[in-house]
Amino acid sequence: MAESVGLKESKGLKVIEGVTCPFCGVTCDDLVVHVENGKIKEVKNACVLGKDTFMHHLEGWATPRIHGKPATVDQCIDAAAEILAKAKYPLIYGLDSTELGAQRKSIELADLIGANIDHTSSVCHAPSLQAVQTVGISSCTVGEVKNRADLVIFWGCNPAEAHPRHPSRYSVTAKGLFTPRGKKDRMVIHVDVRPTPTARMADAFIQIKPNSDYEVFSALRALLKGHELDQAEVGGVAIDEWKTLLEKMKSSKFGILYWGMGLTMTRGKYLNIVALLTLTQELNRFTKFLAAPMRGHGNVVGMAQVLTWQTGFPFAVNMSRGYPRFNPGEYSVADLLAHGEVDAALILAADAIGNFPAKMAEHLRSIPMIAVDPKESETTKVATVVIPSAQAGIAAGGIAYRMDHIPLVMKKVVDSPYPSDREILERIIAKVAAMKNGGNGAPVRAGGARG
Amino acid sequence: MSERRFTLITGRTTKQGRSVHLGKEAKEFLDEISTLQMNPKDIEVLGLQEGDQVRLSTRDGSAVVKCKKGDIPQGLVFIAYGGFVNALVGSDTQATGMPNSKGIEVEVERHG
Repeated sequence: MAESVGLKESKGLKVIEGVTCPFCGVTCDDLVVHVENGKIKEVKNACVLGKDTFMHHLEGWATPRIHGKPATVDQCIDAAAEILAKAKYPLIYGLDSTELGAQRKSIELADLIGANIDHTSSVCHAPSLQAVQTVGISSCTVGEVKNRADLVIFWGCNPAEAHPRHPSRYSVTAKGLFTPRGKKDRMVIHVDVRPTPTARMADAFIQIKPNSDYEVFSALRALLKGHELDQAEVGGVAIDEWKTLLEKMKSSKFGILYWGMGLTMTRGKYLNIVALLTLTQELNRFTKFLAAPMRGHGNVVGMAQVLTWQTGFPFAVNMSRGYPRFNPGEYSVADLLAHGEVDAALILAADAIGNFPAKMAEHLRSIPMIAVDPKESETTKVATVVIPSAQAGIAAGGIAYRMDHIPLVMKKVVDSPYPSDREILERIIAKVAAMKNGGNGAPVRAGGARG
Repeated sequence: MSERRFTLITGRTTKQGRSVHLGKEAKEFLDEISTLQMNPKDIEVLGLQEGDQVRLSTRDGSAVVKCKKGDIPQGLVFIAYGGFVNALVGSDTQATGMPNSKGIEVEVERHG
């Protein structure tokens, strides 16, 4: 489908235009990739992170193996199916650095085997998802920000290092319909516990004390409602400075507050975001004011979209009773592993061992684990079964949701000798379904496997 | 707070994001995730030199990394996401699903 769009070919050199980057949640869709003899030679328009994603995609490839011994992909898929069919309380995890079709299949597999299914959001923006489900969100697309925003606040996020093109494409220097002079038509404010590189592109930097965000948002809400506070400072910042910020927010024509891990990973967790969202909603009594999370992995929003559409919940879903249940703190990956509850795991497109706190990784090492990944990682090193896959967004096409919930087409720019994540999951599903129906595993529950 | 106690912030850096594509055993990646950024005054107070090895200890574990001067307020230390951070972060989520990965109390002392 999309592979043919924008393709120019001459003398073995393919120039593919309009390529979507799979690295971060900005999913820039204007990349130009030069491919010669099946190898990526050049990437234009990408940031350093995106460029390295494409240019180094051949490095550190995973190899198919079972218990550390070389095997064929077919043998690995059989071994994976056997582990999952036998498991009593399995976990399916990762899933954000792949395309939507594979994400749909992962939910089908979870339904079939009664698994817990969770994705990397769980240790990233899950508190944001909880807050949005609790109080709602007034939000918009990045296009609206580009064309209209005259006040942009980055709170506990660092786009200069994590989302390098967000500022130039949408939020700082971008020129739009009502922001024709770009940066000159916008005020940019950065709030954080340290002056990150994002502070250099901001007009003002407010340094707050760690773990004080909930208190600060609550104080701002009180001030907004006309209350006077009997404190000289909140979060280490003078009340007068917060009053000045509030005036800037109220007097903007179109303001947006972007937030990141500085709020989700610190004391208060989702309550920090509840306070933030409530403040931005209340500001709409004075002006147009919005909020949006700065999402990390390429298609992280896609997984939450498809999981919510299919089960009603955006992460930490348990299918063990044949219907979806949602309970962060119980079915979330951190808790399932820390409590040693799951007895097998399928980790797809994520380095769980390389990113988890030690205690979580310890349990994962102790159970049968299947790793589906294009590259070797701390997880593939210790996995029982390693299934290499074609990297989504580079060697496999599909859909990715941008951080503002806009679906974009990811193109396949080179071939891979390995199957896509979607195909691997389809084959595991077929094998597990056959085993269960053949009576080798647990019986299929009523309403269990869906087509 | 005694002079050895700090608040640990973990996070992404450009170097970490780039070098991860070279592999998790690549020198560039390992260098970045094993470097602690500290305020120059804090380095001085602890009697350290840039590049010295320090032991970080939290309630949940410890790790030995090298220190480097950074643009960071006194009392805070920063380290990029990676294996060294994992040893320091606990798995308790207070029933939210999210471990405390930033804003963690940490003790910093010279190692070796």
